[in-house]
Amino acid sequence: MSKVIVVTSGKGGVGKTTSTASLGAALAQGGRRVCVVDFDVGLRNLDLVMGAERRVVFDFINVAQGDAKLSQALIRDKRIDTLHLLAASQTRDKDALTAEGVERVIGELRETFDYVLCDSPAGIERGALLAMRHADQAIVVANPEVSSVRDSDRIIGLLDSKTLRAERGEQMDKHLLLTRFDPARSNSGEMLSIDDVLEILSIPLLGVIPESREILRASNIGAPVTINATGGQAGLAYLEAARRLGGETVPVAIPDEKKTFFTRLFGRRAA
Amino acid sequence: MNLFGFLKQRGSAPVARERLQILLAHERVALGPRDLVTILRDELLATIARHIEFDPEKLSVKMERSDSVSTLEIDVEIPCDKFVGRTQASAA
Repeated sequence: MSKVIVVTSGKGGVGKTTSTASLGAALAQGGRRVCVVDFDVGLRNLDLVMGAERRVVFDFINVAQGDAKLSQALIRDKRIDTLHLLAASQTRDKDALTAEGVERVIGELRETFDYVLCDSPAGIERGALLAMRHADQAIVVANPEVSSVRDSDRIIGLLDSKTLRAERGEQMDKHLLLTRFDPARSNSGEMLSIDDVLEILSIPLLGVIPESREILRASNIGAPVTINATGGQAGLAYLEAARRLGGETVPVAIPDEKKTFFTRLFGRRAA
Repeated sequence: MNLFGFLKQRGSAPVARERLQILLAHERVALGPRDLVTILRDELLATIARHIEFDPEKLSVKMERSDSVSTLEIDVEIPCDKFVGRTQASAA
């Protein structure tokens, strides 16, 4: 059975695209047929993060408007056979994506793929609403920071009212992916804790991705952290989150504070 | 930090948490789905506003929701010259 998942946040720059690419690659590595879809018309970046920016010939809007077939626009990942990308259009205006076009393309994607991951644009405008419209499930990406948490709360409200599922009176399955988490700063009370964010947003936790150098390196080279993961904490956290997404029960590992010489010597203050 | 942590004030996270909780409690009501209590509040306030000019600062609206019963409490000061005979009225 095919599942359409929207990766959304309201606020920009919290890690939607990175998370879409990393989770998509992780799911595909497990043998599932996955398509990651960029909904950010005019500001596409999923192609770049996936390392496929030079292979985009046709895009989402070409398919939605009937100028190209879906099979022509899908870009198969060179590293993982079962991973595909549908790029957003870079040049056309944002209104080029119509509700009918999106509905038809999502319908076609459902026939081919086990998972369709929709990378939402930031904001709460048309593009973001179209990205969530057909979703069966939502991943709300948030940073432990006040503006991100507030915007996530707003997005949760929209997921519960503006999606097809909500309009049919069904429950939208929503999960929190907390990114850029710094355990040391959280332990010292400088940063909202995981429990703080969970209590405020009251949706279940999909995973906690620690702030990590791996992420920038991954986007620099165009390879999601979950591909050939080198054992870094962020890559592992995404791999585990993907397993949870796939239905496995994997306890959420809370990222550990890095042990410096000083903390080794004097121990860690109790959280 | 471990040695001198006790000298330092606890961080800013508790402040962030409290600010968010208060803000979101308001925003969820203002932006969320309009339930009966919200509709009643808006219509009652609109009705009051049609008859008198009231000072928003002197208006108090309390809404409480639970599974079995919800309450709406509107307290509005009506100046004497606007309504002869009474000095204060409240609608509940």
